[in-house]
Amino acid sequence: MIVLLSPLAAIGRSTLGTLAALGRLALFGGRTIGHMVKPPFYFKEILYSLINVGYLSLPVVGLTAIFTGGALALQIYSGGARFNAEAVVPQIVAIGMVRELGPVLVGLMIAARVTSSIAAEIATMKVTEQIDALVTLSTNPMQYLTVPRVLAGLLMVPILVGVGDVIGILGGYIVGTGSLGFNPATYLKNTVDFVEMRDIVSSLVKGAAFGFIATLMGCYYGINTGRGAQGVGRATKGAVEAAAILILAANFLLTSIFFSI
Amino acid sequence: MIELRNVHKSFGSNHVLRGVDLNITKGSSMVVIGGSGTGKSICLKSILGLVVHDSGTITLDGEDVKKAERDSFLARFGMLFQGGALFDSLPVWQNVAFRLLRGSLKRPKTEAREIAIEKLRRVGLKADVADLFPAELSGGMQKRVGLARAIAAEPEIIFFDEPTTGLDPIMSGVINDLIREIVVEMGATAMTITHDMSSVRAIADNVAMLHDGIIQWTGPVADMDASGDPYLEQFIHGKADGPIEAVR
Repeated sequence: MIVLLSPLAAIGRSTLGTLAALGRLALFGGRTIGHMVKPPFYFKEILYSLINVGYLSLPVVGLTAIFTGGALALQIYSGGARFNAEAVVPQIVAIGMVRELGPVLVGLMIAARVTSSIAAEIATMKVTEQIDALVTLSTNPMQYLTVPRVLAGLLMVPILVGVGDVIGILGGYIVGTGSLGFNPATYLKNTVDFVEMRDIVSSLVKGAAFGFIATLMGCYYGINTGRGAQGVGRATKGAVEAAAILILAANFLLTSIFFSI
Repeated sequence: MIELRNVHKSFGSNHVLRGVDLNITKGSSMVVIGGSGTGKSICLKSILGLVVHDSGTITLDGEDVKKAERDSFLARFGMLFQGGALFDSLPVWQNVAFRLLRGSLKRPKTEAREIAIEKLRRVGLKADVADLFPAELSGGMQKRVGLARAIAAEPEIIFFDEPTTGLDPIMSGVINDLIREIVVEMGATAMTITHDMSSVRAIADNVAMLHDGIIQWTGPVADMDASGDPYLEQFIHGKADGPIEAVR
C-alpha cells in the first residue's frame, strides 16, 4: 500500500511546493507594487536602474532585432514563393515583428542580460550580508533594491520593444530592398499601411509586462538565494529560467486577450 | 539595557537557540563566545530583528524589540559585520555616510562627507581612502571602514560580529584596541561575538559563553579564568578533551 501511495505523496508534495512558491512570488510582487507608491523614493538608484535596464540594453536589443528582421524577410520570401506570395514580405515582417517577435525576443534578451545580472548582484549582496547591513542602516531592501529595478523594467522595456520593432522592420527592409528586389518606397508604404494601432499597443503592453516579470524574477531569486557561490549560481539560473518561462506564458495570455476573435 | 529571556530559534529540526537568557547593561561591553555554529550570530541578529526568534522575549530598555518602531529602533544601533558588508557599488565615504545621506538622519552631502572623513580618521584611515571603492582595500582596511560606518551616526549600541576574523594577529590587535577605545569614548553599549580569545580580553567587560543553544556561563571578564566551568575552561584553553565535542 505504501509503495502505491508514495508516488501520489510525491505528486502532492511537489504540487504543494509549487503552489507555495507561487504564493510567495505573488506576495513579493504585491509588496513591490505597494512600495512603488510609498516613500522614500531613491531617485539615484532609480536613475541608475533606468540606464542599466534601458540604455545599456540597446546594443543587444538592436542586434537581435536587426538579424531577426532580416532572417524573417528571407524566410517569408522563400516560403511565400511556394504559393506565389513573395509580395507579402513587408506586411508579414511588420506584423511578425510588432505583434510577436519584437516583444518576445526583447523580453528574452532582457531575461538573459538584466534578470541574470540583477539576481547575481542581489544574491551576492545577500551572501555577503550587505542586505542585512542595509536593514541595520534603516533602509528597506525592497525600497532600495527591488523598487528601482522593477520600475526600470516597467518603464524601459516597452521603449526597448518599440526600438526593437523599428530595428527589426529595418532589418527586413534592408534585406528586402537590398537582395530580394523590393522597391524601397513600396516596401515602406506597405509596412506603414499594414500595421494597426492595436498591434503597437499590444507590443508596448507586452513590453511592460515582460519588463516587470524579468526584473521581478531577478530581485525575487536574488533576495531568496541560498548560501555561498553555489547559492548565487542557483539563484541566477532559477531567475533566468523562471523569467523566460513566465515571459512566454504571459505572451500567450496577452496575445489571447488582444487578438482573440 | 538589552535583555534576552528564554529565547528559542529553530531552523527546521535544527534547534539553534534553546532558551537563551542574557542581560547587557547600559554602557557595558558584553562579549559572547562559543564555537562555530553555536548560534552566536543568530542571537545577535535576533536582537536586531534580522532573524525573528520563535519564542521568548528580547527587550531594549523594557520595550519588546518585535513591537518597537523599526526606524527609531534601528537608529540606536551600529553594526560591524564579519566580512565588512560594505556596499561595493559605493565609494568608501558613501559607505561610511550611508545613514547620513538618506532617511531621518539625512544631512547635506558636503557635511556627510566631512563626517565620513572624520570617522575614517578616527579608525586610522587617511582622507584619500574616501574616494576608493571597497574592492580596492585590504581586509584590515575594510574592517576599519566597516567600523567607521558603524559609528558614523553615533549610535548608543554597537554590535561587532567576529571583528577579527580573517585578520593577522597584529591587525587583530589594532582592531581590538580601536573597538575598545571607541566604545569607551562614545560611552556606547557594545555586544561582540567572537571565538578569538585575544578579542575577549581586549574588548570585554563581561563574557557569556553560548553552547548547546543556552548560555553556559556568564560573568565579568576578570572571573573568566577562574570560573571552574568545564565548558568555558575547555574553550579558553582550546582543548580537544572536555564536555564540548571536538567534532560538531
